[in-house]
Amino acid sequence: MVPLSFYLALSAILFILGVAGFIFKQDIITVFISIELMLNGVNLAFVAFSHALRQIDGNIFVFFVMVIAAAEAAVGLAIIIAVVRNRNSLEADRMSLLRD
Amino acid sequence: MQLTLFIIFGLIAVGGAVNLLVQRHPIYSALSLVTVMGALAGEFLLLGAEFIAFIQVIVYAGAIMVLFVFVIMVLNAGEVPRESKSRMAALIGLPVLALLAVTIIGQLAGAFSQTALGLGDYVIQTGPIGDSLFHQYLLPFEVTSVLFLVGLLGAVVLAAREPDAAPARGGEIPESLVEAGLEADIAAQEAARR
Amino acid sequence: MLLLIPLLCFAGFVLNILFGRQWSQKVAGAVGVAFPAAAFVLALRVVSQYNPAQVAAGGVALPWIQAGLLSIPYGLQLDQLSLVMLLIVTGVGLLIHIYSLGYMAHEGGFYRFFALLNVFMFFMLTLVLANNYLLMFIGWEGVGFASYMLIGFFFHKDSASRAGMKAFVVNRIGDFGFLIGLFFIFERFHTFTFAQLFPLVKQMPVEAAWGGPLTVIALLLFVGATGKSAQIPLYVWLPDAMEGPTPVSALIHAATMVTAGVYMVCRSAAIYDRAPHALEVVLAIGALTAIFAASIGLLQRDIKKVLAYSTVSQLGYMFMACGAAMYGAGVFHLMTHAFFKGLLFLGAGSVIHAMNGEQDMWAIRAGAPGGLRKYAPVTFITFLIATCAISGIPFFSGFYSKDKILYDVLTSANGSALWWAVGTLAALMTSFYMFRALFVTFFAGPKPDARHSKPEEHKGGEHHHPHESPKVMTVPLMILGFLALVGGYIGIGDRFEHFLDPIFDTGVPAQPIHPIAGGEWTVTAVSVAVALLGLLIAWLFYIKNPELPERLATSMRGLYELVWNKYWVDELYGAVITRPLRAFSRVVLWRTVDVTLIDGTVNGVGSTARGAGNGLRQQASGQIRSYATWVALGAAAVLLYMYFGGPRA
Repeated sequence: MVPLSFYLALSAILFILGVAGFIFKQDIITVFISIELMLNGVNLAFVAFSHALRQIDGNIFVFFVMVIAAAEAAVGLAIIIAVVRNRNSLEADRMSLLRD
Repeated sequence: MQLTLFIIFGLIAVGGAVNLLVQRHPIYSALSLVTVMGALAGEFLLLGAEFIAFIQVIVYAGAIMVLFVFVIMVLNAGEVPRESKSRMAALIGLPVLALLAVTIIGQLAGAFSQTALGLGDYVIQTGPIGDSLFHQYLLPFEVTSVLFLVGLLGAVVLAAREPDAAPARGGEIPESLVEAGLEADIAAQEAARR
Repeated sequence: MLLLIPLLCFAGFVLNILFGRQWSQKVAGAVGVAFPAAAFVLALRVVSQYNPAQVAAGGVALPWIQAGLLSIPYGLQLDQLSLVMLLIVTGVGLLIHIYSLGYMAHEGGFYRFFALLNVFMFFMLTLVLANNYLLMFIGWEGVGFASYMLIGFFFHKDSASRAGMKAFVVNRIGDFGFLIGLFFIFERFHTFTFAQLFPLVKQMPVEAAWGGPLTVIALLLFVGATGKSAQIPLYVWLPDAMEGPTPVSALIHAATMVTAGVYMVCRSAAIYDRAPHALEVVLAIGALTAIFAASIGLLQRDIKKVLAYSTVSQLGYMFMACGAAMYGAGVFHLMTHAFFKGLLFLGAGSVIHAMNGEQDMWAIRAGAPGGLRKYAPVTFITFLIATCAISGIPFFSGFYSKDKILYDVLTSANGSALWWAVGTLAALMTSFYMFRALFVTFFAGPKPDARHSKPEEHKGGEHHHPHESPKVMTVPLMILGFLALVGGYIGIGDRFEHFLDPIFDTGVPAQPIHPIAGGEWTVTAVSVAVALLGLLIAWLFYIKNPELPERLATSMRGLYELVWNKYWVDELYGAVITRPLRAFSRVVLWRTVDVTLIDGTVNGVGSTARGAGNGLRQQASGQIRSYATWVALGAAAVLLYMYFGGPRA
């Protein structure tokens, strides 16, 4: 019998690690991967609550999260390919064309 | 028993996540993420979410991460040098992170310690999920199909080569990219050494 | 009807100021004279229909300010006092307008001159006809404005503009006192209208203390009078005001505007009668001013400056009369003074015109070989008449009025022998310096010497032989000469004063007078002796033995220097008041308050905004990771809010 809070703690830790990677990593692809990590952490929380509340909706939600993650990964990676082709570098800091 | 399994899977997940952060080369990070996903699939099984565990492995780890790996290899990504040009991230990133950590972990870990989840006391069948998808959540379900269509088109358009660029030599990675990537790395390392 | 009189003058002003530039001099002049002429005719008509029993009926009262307790009509009233002033202002004013047609013929800005003269008439008439203090004050300020514009008429001349500003600023100081006095009046009596105010004042007792309300009011009003009527300490603007054209000096600074202070004190007789200490102050200042200004006039070389100081001195006499609570005598002298001083100024203008702008009397004497009287006889005769009048030579108008004042100062309960002596001494000086001016200007020096230059060599020498002025100038001179001659007879037997009695019957019982051995005749004899003595000394100094002045001056060098420099009063004011004030303005008000505080604040707001903008701008760095951090920060903020602040769902 595992208390719910353990699952939530694990989910939180994964999420925080994802945020850390999102902020501190130089490599644009790694940043993306960190985003996926965040999503996974959140999925765990959803499933844990779904079990705790004896409701199916948590699982459905996880289903949709995965769907979105897939679409997002596809489009995001396409963008990365396009940008890297222009910049010839994977450094996130080099991609500052949002401002002169 | 359940606790033991939880801890094992949990440690693998956290270890994978930490490794993700520590590694310099993106391919190792991607593979670490696969590990995390696998561990999470185990956690899902412990929580009785069979369907979710399976699609986690099949879709998430098996398709999305494959896409990541594929892109990493296409781009021939290498290790990216350490120095950071973003003062903002350096300055307030750490405090923000700490803040978030304290808040989230503190709050989540502190709550719901009374509720205990037992193994096997609520197993979700695939049938009811399908039912739910096609009855209650029909609209989101259909919308996601449109989403996929849009995403597909977008990915194709974005990643397509410019019309006037040199056509890809079948299977070979354009040399410019290789050299550029390597040159950038070499130049950066030279600069770092000075 | 009464209303038309000032309005006609205002109409003349409007027409000339709007259209005068396009008109020829003839038309502008005609307009400029026609309206005051019409006003004078109307004034005669109104006066002829005057019925003392129907003062209220003959007046005008249009609603103007109506705010709670404060009810001020635009009201004109015609009573004995304002009747006298009305005739003086319109009559003498008209003569001076006509004179100006000739005098200003060769000056620029002809239409502007007449427009300004007309607007002055409008304000002066408003002042004297007003039936309440506030309207009077409007006229008061308005004539100050007209005076400023006219003193600085030749605005290209630096000295003229500065003189205009000096006049206005010094007047303003007086007006400040006047205003505070008005505030006190309203605070106590809640009305400004004479017909309502004076009955209330008459219910108050005669005050023995210096701090009594009526005394305070009276003193404050008198401060305004010292400014407008050029008494000590605010007389300094009048000599400088001679920068203006001579008709301006005649009208404004001799006959009418400067008498506004006297008029105001007379109008407020009910207040002053109940404030004996204020009367003492008025008497003292009047007497001191009379002798002080006369002493300065002894040594002046410019003919207009002599007349200016003479005006200050004669105004002192009028205030002496008021201070002795014999207001009628003051008004009488005001009238005769308007005649002979106006005549003196116009005559001076005629002389200046004849000598092509020369104002120094010795230069005039040198420029007219044989004596100017041979070249400009009409001017000479009229000037002579006026000089006799002002000196108090018997049977001329000034004799009657000045003598009455001196008698009143000596004998009335509020007067004293000391001030009589001061006044008599001043009369001696007056006679002396006026005849000095006459002799030097019109009579040849006894020794023709090589220093005399030919008339043609003066002032760029075009045609200039000195010549008589044109008829348009000499006719007013003659009319005024006639008035200066006979104007005094109105006062014989106190007829004039009895006419004004209803105004000055303020409910304070008449104080017993100190009898004098021989009565009025003694005083008269002394006055006549003094006048003739002055004439004699002047003749001695400037006709018979012209080296006498030089010798006297060298033997009393210190005193001479003091008086020659006008007792250094202007320099004193400059050092004590003007320069510290300007330094204060520059250092404190400008540098500290304006530049540092205000500019600093305003600019500071601007630069703070810019700095903030600059700072905030750093956020939009274009760096992806920086944006990522911001996103995380935002998420953290939202989470914190939800955990700790927001509704616990």
